[in-house]
Amino acid sequence: MDLELMINSFPKLLNAAVITLKLLSVSLIIGLFIGLFFAILRLNKNIFINRFAYGYSYVFRGTPLLVQIFIIYFGLGQIEYLRSTVLWVILKEPYWCAIIAFALNTGAYTSEILRSAFQTIKPGIIEAGKSLGISNKVIFYKIQIPIAIRQSLPAYGNEIILMMKGTSLASTVTIMDLTGVAKYIISTTFKPIEVFIVAGGIYLFMTFIIHNVIKFLEKKYSFN
Amino acid sequence: MELLAFGDTGWGDELFYATLMTIAVSITAMFIGFLFALIFTPLKLSKNKFLNFIANSYTTIIRGVPELLVIYLFFFGGTGAVMYVASIFGYNEYIEINAFITGAFAIGIISGAYSTEVFRGAIQSIDKGQFEAANVLGLNKFGKFFKIILPQTLRLAIPNLSNVWQITLKDTSLISVTGLVEIMRQSYIAAGSTRDPLFFYSFAAVLYLLLTFVSMKLINRLEVKYSRGY
Repeated sequence: MDLELMINSFPKLLNAAVITLKLLSVSLIIGLFIGLFFAILRLNKNIFINRFAYGYSYVFRGTPLLVQIFIIYFGLGQIEYLRSTVLWVILKEPYWCAIIAFALNTGAYTSEILRSAFQTIKPGIIEAGKSLGISNKVIFYKIQIPIAIRQSLPAYGNEIILMMKGTSLASTVTIMDLTGVAKYIISTTFKPIEVFIVAGGIYLFMTFIIHNVIKFLEKKYSFN
Repeated sequence: MELLAFGDTGWGDELFYATLMTIAVSITAMFIGFLFALIFTPLKLSKNKFLNFIANSYTTIIRGVPELLVIYLFFFGGTGAVMYVASIFGYNEYIEINAFITGAFAIGIISGAYSTEVFRGAIQSIDKGQFEAANVLGLNKFGKFFKIILPQTLRLAIPNLSNVWQITLKDTSLISVTGLVEIMRQSYIAAGSTRDPLFFYSFAAVLYLLLTFVSMKLINRLEVKYSRGY
């Protein structure tokens, strides 16, 4: 056990963890909007819109995140047309490619979580709103969305943790996040166990924090 | 389409074998995961606090740490560990472990943590009366487990195990970083030599979708089989 290496690599890994957290938070915020958008499409009665939303979530949930990142980072750069548009400013950066992939991926899972939350809302609640003369729009924003968010908190907490682990794939497209730096230190020192303990410890700590924040929110917004 | 031709001119046969490799690694990893679950589920359910602690540490650590980090640990650490054990027995030559074994083992340990949770949940949701009835019938430990508890556990566990299978299947794409030629690695090679990454990575996505689709169909059949009588 090389304690010195563990102590020396700790600040480096902690700095890298900041990048991991940035990747995670930006993709979660974008992903939440994507997820909400597709969840609403899933509730639409039009079969084409419905199928489209289902297809999106099926494809992104049925393929590995690694493939998605590679298609966006290596694949899209191949299209000549894209290179000449403004989009290229974003797509040539590995950082943004990773975020696009993560956001689309978590968006697919989030849309499933929110859809099932919307569907479990008792019709009586919506009817109660209607009988009070509240407009459909207000019912949706003030009644359905808050209830759906509360319903989906536990599942969404899991999704945040899965996504945090997913951000480790950013290291495959040259981003030096926590896993990227850990790999770099392992491959230069050949001390995998020590580095794994430190980097894994930081990941576990983040998991622990996320888990407890979600638990706190669940309690705060419980119906009882 | 020429790119997918079989033989020397295209990548069809290479990708076909790579798909078989993905299936082989996934099944091996899933099986290793079951072996881990077989050890850790009883520990989780045990009344002994220490055994509980061991099993909980295993599932918490594996489910809280990224898969890629676990794979790097095995990829860089596996050879060292095996050589260390070998040196105790007086063997000091360099040993290279097969990428298949390293990969299947790393993914297997991850898959095992999820399977353990699934089996624990399933066993805990079996009615107490079933255990008591088995005792009353005078069945011995093995009879009780294999004839009464296991069939019911399987019925409850299969839907969740199908999720574990999906996760395992997708996780095998990460083994490509160790150089094992499965779908992802083969696509990387093909994309590099043809300079057509968009096509090959999209095709890889289609292959994975196909694998998840077909395996879901097969698992649904199993589900029907095990829920006979309900």
